[in-house]
Amino acid sequence: MATLHTVNKSPFQNQTLLSCLQHTKSGDAVLMFEDGVYGAASGNALSDAVAGFDAGVKLYVLGSDLAARGIDAGKLADSITAIDYGGFVDLVASHDRTQNWL
Amino acid sequence: MAYDVNGAIIEHDEEGYITTLSEWSTELADIIAVSESIEMGEEHWAVVNFLREYYEEYQIAPAVRVLIKAIKKSMGPDVGNNKYMYELFPYGPAKQACKIAGLPKPTGCV
Amino acid sequence: MSETVKKFLYVNRKAPYGTIYAQESLEVVLIGAAFDQDVSMAFLDDGVFQLTKGQDTKDAGLKNFSPTFRALGDYEVTKLYVEQESLDERGLTLDDLQDIQYEDEDDDYAEKSSIIVVSRSGMADVMADQDVVLSF
Repeated sequence: MATLHTVNKSPFQNQTLLSCLQHTKSGDAVLMFEDGVYGAASGNALSDAVAGFDAGVKLYVLGSDLAARGIDAGKLADSITAIDYGGFVDLVASHDRTQNWL
Repeated sequence: MAYDVNGAIIEHDEEGYITTLSEWSTELADIIAVSESIEMGEEHWAVVNFLREYYEEYQIAPAVRVLIKAIKKSMGPDVGNNKYMYELFPYGPAKQACKIAGLPKPTGCV
Repeated sequence: MSETVKKFLYVNRKAPYGTIYAQESLEVVLIGAAFDQDVSMAFLDDGVFQLTKGQDTKDAGLKNFSPTFRALGDYEVTKLYVEQESLDERGLTLDDLQDIQYEDEDDDYAEKSSIIVVSRSGMADVMADQDVVLSF
């Protein structure tokens, strides 16, 4: 009974990504998209907290939103997987529910 | 669109609900009732007064099933039942009584 | 109702007046209550500010919808989960929140509190137990 959590706001604008991570359960997935992809970038003040978040939760980021913002998908932490729109759909389909963190 | 209460103009929307809740009066209620083809009796007033008190307390006009349940509790099952409430307000107890009570359309009604 | 009852959770994470989210959430809950589903609400992060007592919007020219939370029991919405850590972070305790009660029809109409305080991990459990999660 796993949940897909989605976050579409920058973690530098509000606490939503951090709150989301704190409410996940082992087996859940978190997808960062739109401005949420800034949470997936490496070398910033939150990188360790996000990429290093290890509670049996898988981290994904939407590649096209990374590219649009000029973030190199090749420089993501190993714990974060870039996916395309098809991968987004697969994630929704393979989880029991989706929770959008507004 | 407006009601005329002894020369005072009270605006209402396209469905007849008044737009400024503080402009309500019992005289206005009688005028709205006439336009709804309802002759206001004691039970009609009891329901209208109940709705106004509910709105004052909770800031919403209750949905019809909530209204009937609450009327049943406060006024007994002889008044608080579907059949009787629809006899009092044939086009819907919540919708019509709210209009007469000067309240917005009940939340959840379309 | 022949259809299966599903568990719906409305998640509230925004303060009441700065944006329209809180008021919209409450309205959707009241409308959705007509569909005889198992509805509960969650209040975390700034969402806990929605439930504080003493809100007075007269001079701000806004509609005070905080009394409407006390009508939720009439709509059979009787589970309001409030996160302890979110209260703590904001310097709030249960005493700062409105008393929100419902009448338990199965217990001689005894008045019971609708507010259920849970820890952050307890809130995660509540969320994971739902069929549908709607965020506001």
